[in-house]
Amino acid sequence: MELKAEQINEETKWQDLTEGLKIFEPATSRLFETGEWRTQTPVWEEEKCRQCLFCVPYCPDSCIPVKDKRRGDFDFIHCKGCGICEKACPFGAISMKEGK
Amino acid sequence: MAIRTSMSGNEATAYAVRQINPDVMPAFPITPSTEIPQFVSNMIANGEIDTEFIPVESEHSSMSAAIGASAAGARTLTATSSAGLALMWEVVYVAASSRLPIVMAVVNRGLTGPLNINAEHSDSMGARDSGWIQIYAENNQEAYDNMLQAYRIAEHKDVHLPVMICQDGFITSHAVENISLLEDEPVKKFVGEYCPEHYLLNEKEVMAVGPYAVSNYCMEAKKAQAEAMIRSKKVILEVAEEFAAMSGRSYGFFEAYRMEDAEYAAVAIGSVSGTAKDAVDRLREKGVKAGFLKVRVFRPFPGEELAKELRGCKAVAIMDRCESYSGQGGPLGAELTAAMYRAKVTAETVNIVYGLSGRDVRVEDMEKVYGDLREMAEEGKTFKQYPYLGLRE
Repeated sequence: MELKAEQINEETKWQDLTEGLKIFEPATSRLFETGEWRTQTPVWEEEKCRQCLFCVPYCPDSCIPVKDKRRGDFDFIHCKGCGICEKACPFGAISMKEGK
Repeated sequence: MAIRTSMSGNEATAYAVRQINPDVMPAFPITPSTEIPQFVSNMIANGEIDTEFIPVESEHSSMSAAIGASAAGARTLTATSSAGLALMWEVVYVAASSRLPIVMAVVNRGLTGPLNINAEHSDSMGARDSGWIQIYAENNQEAYDNMLQAYRIAEHKDVHLPVMICQDGFITSHAVENISLLEDEPVKKFVGEYCPEHYLLNEKEVMAVGPYAVSNYCMEAKKAQAEAMIRSKKVILEVAEEFAAMSGRSYGFFEAYRMEDAEYAAVAIGSVSGTAKDAVDRLREKGVKAGFLKVRVFRPFPGEELAKELRGCKAVAIMDRCESYSGQGGPLGAELTAAMYRAKVTAETVNIVYGLSGRDVRVEDMEKVYGDLREMAEEGKTFKQYPYLGLRE
């Protein structure tokens, strides 16, 4: 029996994992809080932000949500604190702080 | 009707490839396996098969491309030898852990160094723990027959593992011998169409191959892979039985030659087997109860079955065509001795290293091995482990 990704956890027996750990569902990253790896956290200062959205395509983890052509605060469930957005921002609206 | 002709082991392998007509073959030339992609390329150029040949820039790339092609859903083949297999190393394991039924023709050649191009098993023996099934041939006939059975084993739903079809470099790959080939139609029927249940190019299914697995999942994944290897034993025998019905040629995990009442046995892999059988015949004429075991399937290792075969023996020479530098002998010696211990088979054993880098083994050499076994068993003479056969010293 092959289980769905959300049914697989640390109690799952070897017989119930998929062959070769292949994944047959999309968007399984939603099931994992990979943001917990973060050792540095980006801080967004909304008043300095000009909404140029330059940071959005630079984010390797798609952690900058955009709604109605405006960005919002980071998705910290998946942000790993790489700091690329800080470097990409032309207006100094993003700074990195130590820790989560 | 069987087609009786003469060809080399590489030609025989390529002939099997033509009959199988795999979908994709990425390969990089390396002696002595080079002729296989060369012959296959000719067949493609001549319009005999429609295999997609990918000329890659290295063996790491040929195995990577094979993994991609197989995951995409293609029946995939590659070929290599020695340093080529060594360069594939990282991804050889990935092919197995991703459970991809790739077939690789391995023409056994020693790993460098000293720099050498001749027959030795150090290349594929190095990959013995990579999760691939390994089947070895004695001669061109077996290289051909094993190739025809490979996809049936690899693609079986209880297996889904890659398979190495091994033959000895030059001795088998380049020497021209008589061979009995099968006609195209029965072979095509036997091999069958490849219809994978899951494949990346299936637009109706979402699929990802080779994800990162944390410690909480790796052991379970490896256990599943190990169980597939154990299950392959049944499949290997079933496929061999079906092949025998078509060809008249029978195969098992090993060939037992004059073993029924044998008191002295040698165990080896590959082309030396013909020489060993000749020695057995000569000794039998003199009344010596000699026998020989040729290991065909090394992965999965048929330890219990081999040990059972050796139950009645007084002394056994286990022969490795490679050096492990363990100070204990070679891999066949280590694994078979362990299997004999578990099966409580208490024959004297000696682990002999022979034929390194293409060193010739003559019938007389094998007769001497059997002579040593008799001295060991009857005169209680102890032998230093682990001797090199035919070494100048």
